[in-house]
Amino acid sequence: MTPNRPTLVVEGLRTHFFTKAGVLKAVDDVSFAVSRGRVLGLVGESGSGKTVTGFSLIGLVDPPGRVVGGSVLFKGEELVGAPEQRLRALRGNRVAMIFQDPMMTLNPVLRIDTQMIEAVQAHDPKVDRETARARARDALGRVGIPSPDERLKAYPHQFSGGMRQRVAIAIALLNHPDLVIADEPTTALDVTIQGQILYEVQKLCRDTGAALIWITHDLSVIAGLADEVCVMYAGRVVESGSVGDVLDRPLHPYTVGLIGSVPSRNRRGQKLAQIPGMTPSLLNLAPGCPFRARCARADQACAEPPPETRPVPGRTLRCFHPQSAHPGTGRAA
Amino acid sequence: MTQPSPILELRDVTKRFVRPLDLAAKIANLFGAGLKSETVHAVDHVSLGVSDGEVVGLVGESGCGKSTLGRIVAGIHRPTTGERLWRGTAIDALPPSEQRAVELKVQMIFQDPMSSLNPRLRVSDIVGEAPVVHGVVPAAERDAYVGELLQRVGLDAAFRRRYPHQFSGGQRARIGIARALAVKPEFLVCDEAVAALDVSIQAQVLNLFMDLRRDLGLTYLFISHDLGVVEHLSDRVIIMYLGRFVEIAPTEELFRAPNHPYTKALLAEVPRLDARKRDFAPVKGEIPSPLNPPPGCHFHPRCPRATARCRAEVPALKEIAPGRWAACHLNDAR
Repeated sequence: MTPNRPTLVVEGLRTHFFTKAGVLKAVDDVSFAVSRGRVLGLVGESGSGKTVTGFSLIGLVDPPGRVVGGSVLFKGEELVGAPEQRLRALRGNRVAMIFQDPMMTLNPVLRIDTQMIEAVQAHDPKVDRETARARARDALGRVGIPSPDERLKAYPHQFSGGMRQRVAIAIALLNHPDLVIADEPTTALDVTIQGQILYEVQKLCRDTGAALIWITHDLSVIAGLADEVCVMYAGRVVESGSVGDVLDRPLHPYTVGLIGSVPSRNRRGQKLAQIPGMTPSLLNLAPGCPFRARCARADQACAEPPPETRPVPGRTLRCFHPQSAHPGTGRAA
Repeated sequence: MTQPSPILELRDVTKRFVRPLDLAAKIANLFGAGLKSETVHAVDHVSLGVSDGEVVGLVGESGCGKSTLGRIVAGIHRPTTGERLWRGTAIDALPPSEQRAVELKVQMIFQDPMSSLNPRLRVSDIVGEAPVVHGVVPAAERDAYVGELLQRVGLDAAFRRRYPHQFSGGQRARIGIARALAVKPEFLVCDEAVAALDVSIQAQVLNLFMDLRRDLGLTYLFISHDLGVVEHLSDRVIIMYLGRFVEIAPTEELFRAPNHPYTKALLAEVPRLDARKRDFAPVKGEIPSPLNPPPGCHFHPRCPRATARCRAEVPALKEIAPGRWAACHLNDAR
C-alpha cells in the first residue's frame, strides 16, 4: 500500500441515464482509488460503463445522464456537485483526459501551436505567447515527436494516427496534471505504434508522478502497464485488486471467463473458454447479480445483488460463489 | 518437405493502384509543372501457396497491403501482374463460366459486420440471395436452407426475418459468416473478421471458425493485426511489411524464434497477459508511405541492425530452414 494519500478516491459513484425507455444505470456503486505515480486499469467490454465512469469523474456526463450519488475526492476536494467553473479550472489543468479518437480531441481547422498555446493560456493567462510556445514545443518533444518546432505549425490532418495521439497526449500533459484519465487511447493504433505510446505514457507517469487511469477492453495491455485493475461488468466493479492477483488468481467467474477468452500462448488450436450469451442491456436490469444469466455457478442466492466483499486485503469482489483461489484457475476451461 | 499441391496459389503477384492525372494537373503540366501520376505499390511481387485444409495467418500493420492481398485471393481485385492458380490451373486462363465457379469457392468475410450487411435487406435475403442466384439451392428451398445455415453459425433459425440492425455485433459477425458459407466455399478469406468484437464475443467467433474448419474441412487465409488471434488459429504465419512478405514460418517456430528484425519487434510489442508491469521498448518510427517507399529493404529506416547493403539492395525471400522463409540480408552474413 502507498503511504501517501491517494490522488483520487471514488466512493459509491452512481451515474444514471434517465431515458424515455427507463432508467439506465450505467455506473452503479463504483469505488476505487489511485495514488501518485500509480496506474489503475479499468477493464470491461462495451457497455460495461467504463467510459461513463471516466466521464463522471470530471463532470463530463451530458443529459439525460446525471451523477446521482457517491463521491469523487480529488486531492481531498469533492468533485461531485462542484460548480461548473471549478471543474472547468481543473479539467485540462490538474486533471487531463485522453480520448480514443485523437481526431475528436483536436480541432481540424486550427494549427497545433494555436491549440497548445490556447491550452496553456486558458489556465494561466499570465503566461506570454512565447513561453507558452516553448512549453508546447517541449511537450511535443517529450512525447517523441521529431522536429517539434516544425510540427507545431502543422494541422491535425497532416499527422498520422499515432502522431495525432501523441499530440493529444502532449496537450493533456501540458499543464503537468496530477491525474490523467486515458479512455482507450491505443485501441485504434497498430501494435508497434501502441508500443510506442505505452512507452511514452509509462515514462511520463514515472517522471511527473501523475496518477493514471487507463480505460480499456484489452486485458493484455493492462497486464503490462497497470499496477491495479478494476474489472467492470454492467456498471459495477465485479472484482478489483493488484494486477498480479486479479490476472493470476481471478475470483469472479466473469474475470475467469474473460481471461480464458484471450488467445494466448501454449493453448494454440484449442478451443477458447467462452462466456455464453452476451452483455445484458442495462435498461431495467433485473435485480441481483447481472452476470448470473451467463454464469455457470449461479443459483438462487444470485437473485440478490452480491455485496462488495474483501476476500483478501487489497482486493474487492462482488460474488457469492467465487472461484476458489489457487494458481492456474484462469486457465481452466 | 513434400508439400501437397496447393489449393490456391499466387505467383509473383503485384498490385499497383495508380491515380492518373486529372484535367487540372494535365493543364498544369502543359505549363511545365512536371506533375506525375501517383502509384501505390500495395502488393509487391508476392508468391503464396496455401494447402488444402491449412490455416494461414497474414499479419501486418495498417497500410502494409494485407487487405489488398486478401482481396486478390478472393478475386475482388485483379492483380496488376502475376497469376492466380486454383488447384494448379491459372484462373485467368479459364473460360468465364468456370472462372466464376472457381471464384465461388473462395469467399470473404469482412471486418465491419455493420457496413458489410445491407441494412435494408432481411437476413433471409442477405444470406439466401447468392445460393439461389448461383444455383446452389432451388428458390423454393431457400428459406429452409437459410435456417440451416443460421443454426450452423449458432443463431436461431427464426432470426431470418429480421434486419441487420436488430442484432448485436457478434451476431452480425455470424451473419457475415453464414453469408460466406451459403455458396459452399472451400476457402475463406477472413479480413480482420474479429477485430471489431469484444473479447468474450471474439472468443465465441474464433471457436466457431475452428468448428467450421473441423466440420467442413475449410481452408483459411486469416488476415489480422492481432498476433494473439493469429497464433491461436494458424498453422503457418506470414508477416507482411509495406507490400512484401518479410517472413513465413510455421506458427510455433515463428513465435519461438523469429528471424526477421521486424518480426522480432512485432513480437516484443504484443501485450501479453502473462507480462507484468514491463518496460515498453518500442521500435522507432512508423510504417513509411507506400507512395514513396524507402529503397532497398523497406524496413531499414526502423531497423536497429540496418547496414549500407540494406539501404541499397532489396533482400530476397530465402529459405533459411525447412519451411521457413525470411527476407533479410543479415541471414547471409552468418
